[in-house]
Amino acid sequence: MFDFLSEYDVLGAFWVTVQLTFFSAIGSLIWGTILAGMRVSPVPLMRGFAASYINLMRNTPLTLIILACSLGLNQTLGMTLAGQNFEQQNYRLAILGFVAYTATFVCESIRSGINTVPVGQAEAARALGLGFTQVLGIVVLPQAFRSVVGPLASVLIALTKNTTIASTIGVAEASLLMSEMIENESDKIFLVFAIFALGFVILTLPTGLLLGWVAKKAAVKR
Amino acid sequence: MSAPSVLYDAPGPKAKARNVGYTIAFLVALAAVIWWVLATMAEKGQLDGEKWSPFVTDGRIWTTFILPGVQNTLIAAGLSILIALPIGALFGILRLSDHVWVRWPSATVVEFFRAVPVLILMFFANEFYFNFTDIASDQRPLYAVVTGLVLYNGSVLAEVVRAGILSLPKGQTEAAQALGLRKTQTMTNVLLPQAVTAMLPAIVSQIVVIVKDTALGGAALGFAELLSRIRPISNNYGQNMIATLVIVAVIFIVLNFIITSAASWLEKWNRQRKKGTGAVVAPGAVDDVATGQAV
Repeated sequence: MFDFLSEYDVLGAFWVTVQLTFFSAIGSLIWGTILAGMRVSPVPLMRGFAASYINLMRNTPLTLIILACSLGLNQTLGMTLAGQNFEQQNYRLAILGFVAYTATFVCESIRSGINTVPVGQAEAARALGLGFTQVLGIVVLPQAFRSVVGPLASVLIALTKNTTIASTIGVAEASLLMSEMIENESDKIFLVFAIFALGFVILTLPTGLLLGWVAKKAAVKR
Repeated sequence: MSAPSVLYDAPGPKAKARNVGYTIAFLVALAAVIWWVLATMAEKGQLDGEKWSPFVTDGRIWTTFILPGVQNTLIAAGLSILIALPIGALFGILRLSDHVWVRWPSATVVEFFRAVPVLILMFFANEFYFNFTDIASDQRPLYAVVTGLVLYNGSVLAEVVRAGILSLPKGQTEAAQALGLRKTQTMTNVLLPQAVTAMLPAIVSQIVVIVKDTALGGAALGFAELLSRIRPISNNYGQNMIATLVIVAVIFIVLNFIITSAASWLEKWNRQRKKGTGAVVAPGAVDDVATGQAV
């Protein structure tokens, strides 16, 4: 019953999904934190830029962003991220798209985390004479991060599921292999679906449980 | 004088000068990026007038490509929400049942479909209809897209309904019990009507997720919705890919912005309402760790 599986590299495809998720998560965390910093900064222009960037990105379909990275940035404008290697090219473009989109959700999570830090913390920091970057970097953000582990985990899991969209520009991750298998093995579509659905449950469930536990441990007790 | 934010003091003369410096530096960086994009676009001929003018001068681009695309997007999104709502309500209520043998299976179904990517559901639905039904091949993508969206969003809405009912004060159930209402009566006459108003903002903001996800059907299954129109437009109007992408993105953004505004207006209306319990399920309130639905 499972013989046909030996013809396909299911684990390899899921490994690409994991890699896509990993690099996109790192990128979105960095870009999202920078956006959050801009969103609360004393410079009105930065606040305005971050706010409009977030509103535009959140209301655009991720599929459009990924396609725009490939069809627009790469094929029309000729932006290359990896020389001539087509496979590697689309893989990196997909990560770029995921970072641009997911960072907005990371930013909004961090901003809500900043709001959970008691006003007295920031006031005390200012009373000590700390500047904006110091208040944010030394006092507020470390506390904010501890309270947003839960929401960030939720974003990470959504990102894991969203990486399937990379298949629309031909990145060889799990859902692309599934669409191929489901066409070839038309007598086993329930089995193929079950394997891939289970794969995603295995990827997302432990992440959720583990980070849920971390969130409880990390939260500042007030 | 009160500070504009708790994170920084009201700027004095020195801070004001520094902020002006930051503004200029940021402006320069931003201008550099925009200039690079525009320069590359000009170099590749994407700024040429004839690549953008068809959207204004040529009505056919709208009547043949864009408007039918928008129509298909709205049809798929509308069908999905209409079918997903009753399913979501049913499973949301089943999950609150007093009987373990009802609660557990429905919880498993809901959690399973929330954990599986929509695209996988769409691929499966497409192949399922191909093998087991005689739906015409030009209709199949629509069926597959709607099925995928209903399965996923139905389970998300089940969580919204559950959160809506749980957000009501306990006194509502207790008062209904004191009046001698049965469990079904309590649910249909007392809890659900109040929960629906509390859930409205969350349901409306879920429509944004649905509208965005219809684009998946265009890119992966060849469903003729708005996003899938970019290639035909670009091929027919002189490879104006950038212009097309921008126009399509703007339509999506405007569409979703209207829906988001409706959601936040409903939320505000709910909070200010004198009648009722004041309970409200905000947009994205149910994005608990297990599944991460909000994104």
